[in-house]
Amino acid sequence: MASRSRGAADPAAERELLSAGDVARTIARMAHQIIEKTALGAGPDAPPVLLGIPTRGTPLAARLGARISEFSGAAVPAGALDVTLYRDDLRRRPTRPLEETQMPEDGIDDRVVVLVDDVLYSGRTIRAALDALRDHGRPRAVQLAVLVDRGHRELPIRADYVGKNVPTSRTEDVSVLLAETDGRDAVLLRETGQERR
Amino acid sequence: MRHLLTTENLAADTATAVLDTADELKRTLLGREVRKLPTLRGRTVITMFYENSTRTRVSFEIAGKWMSADVVNVSAGGSSVGKGESLRDTALTLSAAGADCVIVRHPASGAAHRLAGWLADTGTCVVNAGDGTHQHPTQALLDAATLRERLGGLAGRRVAIVGDVLHSRVARSNVYLLATLGAEVVLVAPPTLLPPGVEHWPVTVSHELDAELPAVDAVMMLRVQAERMHGGFFPSAREYSIAYGLGEARLRLLPEHAVVLHPGPMLRGMEISSVVADAPRAAITEQVRNGVHVRMAVLYHLLAGEGEQA
Amino acid sequence: MSEILIKGARRYGEGDPVDVLVADGVLAEIGSPAAPEGCEVLDAAGQVLLPGFVDLHTHLREPGREDTETVETGSAAAALGGYTAVFAMANTDPVADNAVIVEHVWRRGREIGLVDVHPVGAVTVGLRGERLAELGTMARSEAGVRMFSDDGHCVADPLIMRRALEYSTALGVVVAQHAEEPRLTVGAQAHEGARAARLGYSGWPASAEESIVARDCILARHAGARLHVCHVSTAGTVDVLSWAKDRGTRVSAEVTPHHLLLTDERLATYDPVNKVNPPLRAEDDAERLRQALADGVVDCVATDHAPHAPQDKDCEWAAARPGMLGLQTALSVVARTMVRTGLLDWRGVARVMSERPAEIAGLPDQGRPLAEGEPANLVLVDPDAEWTVRGPELASIAANTPYEGMRLPAVVTATLLRGRITAREGKIG
Repeated sequence: MASRSRGAADPAAERELLSAGDVARTIARMAHQIIEKTALGAGPDAPPVLLGIPTRGTPLAARLGARISEFSGAAVPAGALDVTLYRDDLRRRPTRPLEETQMPEDGIDDRVVVLVDDVLYSGRTIRAALDALRDHGRPRAVQLAVLVDRGHRELPIRADYVGKNVPTSRTEDVSVLLAETDGRDAVLLRETGQERR
Repeated sequence: MRHLLTTENLAADTATAVLDTADELKRTLLGREVRKLPTLRGRTVITMFYENSTRTRVSFEIAGKWMSADVVNVSAGGSSVGKGESLRDTALTLSAAGADCVIVRHPASGAAHRLAGWLADTGTCVVNAGDGTHQHPTQALLDAATLRERLGGLAGRRVAIVGDVLHSRVARSNVYLLATLGAEVVLVAPPTLLPPGVEHWPVTVSHELDAELPAVDAVMMLRVQAERMHGGFFPSAREYSIAYGLGEARLRLLPEHAVVLHPGPMLRGMEISSVVADAPRAAITEQVRNGVHVRMAVLYHLLAGEGEQA
Repeated sequence: MSEILIKGARRYGEGDPVDVLVADGVLAEIGSPAAPEGCEVLDAAGQVLLPGFVDLHTHLREPGREDTETVETGSAAAALGGYTAVFAMANTDPVADNAVIVEHVWRRGREIGLVDVHPVGAVTVGLRGERLAELGTMARSEAGVRMFSDDGHCVADPLIMRRALEYSTALGVVVAQHAEEPRLTVGAQAHEGARAARLGYSGWPASAEESIVARDCILARHAGARLHVCHVSTAGTVDVLSWAKDRGTRVSAEVTPHHLLLTDERLATYDPVNKVNPPLRAEDDAERLRQALADGVVDCVATDHAPHAPQDKDCEWAAARPGMLGLQTALSVVARTMVRTGLLDWRGVARVMSERPAEIAGLPDQGRPLAEGEPANLVLVDPDAEWTVRGPELASIAANTPYEGMRLPAVVTATLLRGRITAREGKIG
């Protein structure tokens, strides 16, 4: 999973993987891929539902939704799915506050659900999201879109849409910054000296 | 949070975090087919009730079960508790048997504090589900959740707590939590039912209910226990009801938006009339509903994290 | 009997150090006596010599609760605390309401021989407050009972109290009242005040004590009797005593060390080691009691030493028994609250811990001046030493001290009963 730490890092040890412009282009490309893969507008099926995983998956899902609507003309609902209550690592960290879950009004039954997250790492967050989804309904299919795949999977999970593959070491930290949550768009890579889990 | 024993030293941000979690749990469970979360799988929660209170015990039990904890109920009647085992031995036994959390209701004030002391060296946390005339923190939290929901917030709101403040753990819990969350509290009771030293509490005091009602955002009616009626605290049930009961006429003195709360069980016709209890502005069944979510939130904050060193 | 030379002590902490020769149970010579051959020498340089302490209020728990204290262990605690006489309260099981029990306690005290144990007789049969116990028989028994009390219970019925006071005048004894109007303390757990109310303890109001003290002072005055008020705990009681004494009522009063030092601030712990009857009061009560003890409105210090078993304290507050250990900590608490604060000098300590209690109880050989020919009931105190209280290290079987872990001033270095060392450097004998 992605580390959420946003501490004041030593700028010398920090490398920008994606600029603000790169982030916008990447999201646009992913939007096209989703339109293509879900055959949006090509059949009678309802459009897919985008569910962002808080914190940064939520604005990413909203942006992807806006792009998809713009490119395809179809209204694509975007919501949020907090997976905190389904995590298997709660006991390893201080109590986390719950974040918002926002399901589309029509629900997710028989829809294609695209889970959206910023960074794909161990895959445990996605495992928790699949469990959470099961309690909310029965989608026709579930896909996964991530802005960055940094490797080191611990579960048999694979993203359907990847903005950028970044080979990393476990001691590095990948930070996705978004204007909605962080004031600007960027993806940063930083050496922390200790293993991130 | 290591234990939940009292609202008096509950920091505003901790209380708000619990209330926010409760709100989120309520939203996330709303309209779901499966009202069960896997969060506390494998954790054991034991309720230990030395006083009968079906409503509170059931609320905690449902909260634990919806979070997938294993909930075991120990009642004073059906265990070694009834055979005179000390509270300390019972607590240590339950902890040794694997309790991650003990929820205790006890007629002695301070019982939950004592329990927390005895369990300090174990990992077991303690939730005070009502100790004597001291505190009942989850009741205050669920009242606060209900008021936040109905009024949109608590800061600057004015809440009247009416009735037997002297013997009420609900009143004590609410006084401190509401003050922490920025509300004003006015206690309304005859002098015989107000505690000594109430002037040091973060409240104002009144003996005139009618004078207070037009200026409040909420009124919380306390239960009048039968033994008080015969304890000489007031002349008669009739006189009490006339002076401090909430009937239809008094309801009209309240502002349009004001909410009526009651911790239950109600004595209809005594401190609250049947019509008022069932009126739309009464939030009494919401209190019960929110009670489950608030207690889920409390269990979440006590049991889901890595555990703080108290 | 062996002779003892106490070297270099200051009597009452006053004047130049002197040597005191103790022989044949009396102070044989004071000044610079030569040490007789084979005499034991106590180096008392820098120490204060006082008359042995007299405790008007001790619970020795024998018979009945020998798992918490016995006459033997309680006597040891008394000797180590500097006491040469203690009054053992009547609330034993069976109750000391007859000559058989009081003589048993008295005899046990004599056998052990560490401290004079004077049994207190019950005022009413079974402490039930309903009819008078055989006060005369107990007074005339071998135990020679001088003080009667239903302590733990108040003689609440005004008629019974009137009769007890009247009857006592013929015997030359004193009735000691545990002043607590029971109708005002139903279910009471702690001092009625802001703290108890906040913490949910049901209140023990000051008025429950003050109303009984006022009533009893009036009854005693009309009966021409002597009244002793046990463990005064409130500022209001001080006012009542002051009023009664001003108009010539024959009333005396005691205060416990814990009411001088501790307050209801302790309630926040919910630890029943702090539960006592009467309860720990507010700061202004404690302050007033210290002043009243200094002024003499309250006559003396009495410990209300009350041992309790662990299971009776390691429980929820409401289920716990009231009471705390006091014999070995009394002097140090008095030193801290009265001497270090300048309210009393050591002569004052002798007055409140020895002379006045001996007078109240009518003990002819206790609380005597430190003069040649007087009985050698003595205590040596190191006023500058400090010690840390550890319940399990105290001589009592029980360990329920509220001063656990506290560092307190003044240490008893030796106690002498009729010229024999009963305690020395923290050890018996």
